[in-house]
Amino acid sequence: MQGLIEQLLNGIAMGSIYALVTLGLALVYGIMRILHVAHAAVYTVGAYAGLYIFHGTGNLFLAFIGAMVLCAIMGIIIERFLYYPLMKYPPFVPLIGSIAVLLAIEEVCRLVAGPYIITFPAKLPFPEAHIGGIFISSTLMAVYCITASVFFILWYITTKTSLGLAMRATSQDISMASATGINSHMIVSITFIIGSAIAAIAGILVGIYYNQVYPTMGTVPAYKTLALIVVGGLGSVPGAVVASLLLGIGETILIGYANIPLPRDALAFIAMIGVLMWRSEGIMGSSR
Amino acid sequence: MITIGTLIAIQAIAVCGLNVIVGYAGQISLGHAAFFGIGAYTAALFATKAGLSFWASLPIVIAISALIGLLLGLPSIRVREDFLAITTIGINFIVEAIFRYVPFFGGALGIGGIPKIAFYGVRLKGISFFILCLVFLFLVIGLCYWLKKSWASLACYAIREEEQAASTLGISPVKFKLLAFVIGTAIAGIGGSLYAHYMQFISAGDFSFPISVGFLSMLVLGGMGTLWGPVLGTLILGILPEIFRPLVDYRILLYTILLLIMIRFQPGGLLGEGSAMRRIFEPLLRVKR
Repeated sequence: MQGLIEQLLNGIAMGSIYALVTLGLALVYGIMRILHVAHAAVYTVGAYAGLYIFHGTGNLFLAFIGAMVLCAIMGIIIERFLYYPLMKYPPFVPLIGSIAVLLAIEEVCRLVAGPYIITFPAKLPFPEAHIGGIFISSTLMAVYCITASVFFILWYITTKTSLGLAMRATSQDISMASATGINSHMIVSITFIIGSAIAAIAGILVGIYYNQVYPTMGTVPAYKTLALIVVGGLGSVPGAVVASLLLGIGETILIGYANIPLPRDALAFIAMIGVLMWRSEGIMGSSR
Repeated sequence: MITIGTLIAIQAIAVCGLNVIVGYAGQISLGHAAFFGIGAYTAALFATKAGLSFWASLPIVIAISALIGLLLGLPSIRVREDFLAITTIGINFIVEAIFRYVPFFGGALGIGGIPKIAFYGVRLKGISFFILCLVFLFLVIGLCYWLKKSWASLACYAIREEEQAASTLGISPVKFKLLAFVIGTAIAGIGGSLYAHYMQFISAGDFSFPISVGFLSMLVLGGMGTLWGPVLGTLILGILPEIFRPLVDYRILLYTILLLIMIRFQPGGLLGEGSAMRRIFEPLLRVKR
């Protein structure tokens, strides 16, 4: 029983991190209808930037801020120079562009930082907890707290502020939003800033959680998060979060307890095809 | 040189198959390597376990590829565009995982010892194998040409451009999408079979998702829906890495950057509608007429 609860806690942490990456993807898809595969590259750069700033200054807080700023800039560059000009083409054109960006950035990371795994020896300043014989490490606590606060801030921005209103309007109908006086290109850029900054946080958290940073760390998340936004309902942020948490828990429990002959990474896609058959608009998507 | 040429010819066959799915019917597929792999594994299994020759197993390979294409095509037809892209990525990952983890398919070790193709008792290798691949490539291009001219292709184009309008005209989108899927996967199966017999050793990694991306890049680069676009795209993307070979470390980076520039400024492909090549050469052709 105790083992199961600990597995569950690890699963929730995994799911939270998936959710942080998937969030950006869901936001971007919601607003631009583009599958932003290169988001995982932004996340890799975030992890590297955090690592280097941490080594340079020794301050983890600075590392988070620096990585977020860098990733936000990267997000804008990708949006301005690649996606925006390609928006009028069929969706697979920006998709291929995005995959090319992912591969190119992975290569840059490999050339700059070397192909090997670098450790991320940071200690997050969060308390440990013992509840009835169950031990929650400070890293786990940090993952929970940071993810929860990110979700809360994002929820606050999108539902309570006028910026959030503009974002929701733009994601519903970009030309209609422009007609009502919203600077929709600006909103798209802001969406990229938010999504990319969150990806930076996710990158650093993964780096610390597994204590490793390497150039291809984005490859598997890149496609797994695609499956997750489908399961959640394309463009639905709450759906993406729920799907991520479920997958995190499901993966950890299934791999820990049931000996299925497939690798854990195939699980997301099997779940996705199942969902598509059963409810093709996703678990929380609206049928359009 | 011959090796590169042979591999390019084999890949061009697979890309032609992809062209039928993506270019003709407008069904985006990012899992084409899986179908290529299904063809290769079927051929390899028939050759090593049943002892069938390439020629005897080829019809079976085509039939099995087409059948699996039909089975996997059915769920794909339910979904559109973005969903379809992700579904096909999913299919690719699952098929690769099955090849890698099920012992029947050789597991992580793959399948080795696949015999070379014999033609009237002569074992084909080097140039003769290259010529065989070219023959198959031309057969496939001929099939594509015939498809393009046929009524089925007209229906497919109609579905690609405006699905609802097409269905009001009595064209069944499901039927033609499936038809395109089946033909495309069958062609991929031929490519896979040739690949297995040429390499003599295959493993799951040869049919992973990046290969699918490569196929689609070749197609987009050459120009979707065109007859020669797939061949041109495969030729360019097949030769480029060889040209960049001296730049060992920067090879993949240059390759991806070129692809990026290409997709950014010429999304229709080199031979596609509204491309620079078309703009330059079309007036010339018109003058000739």
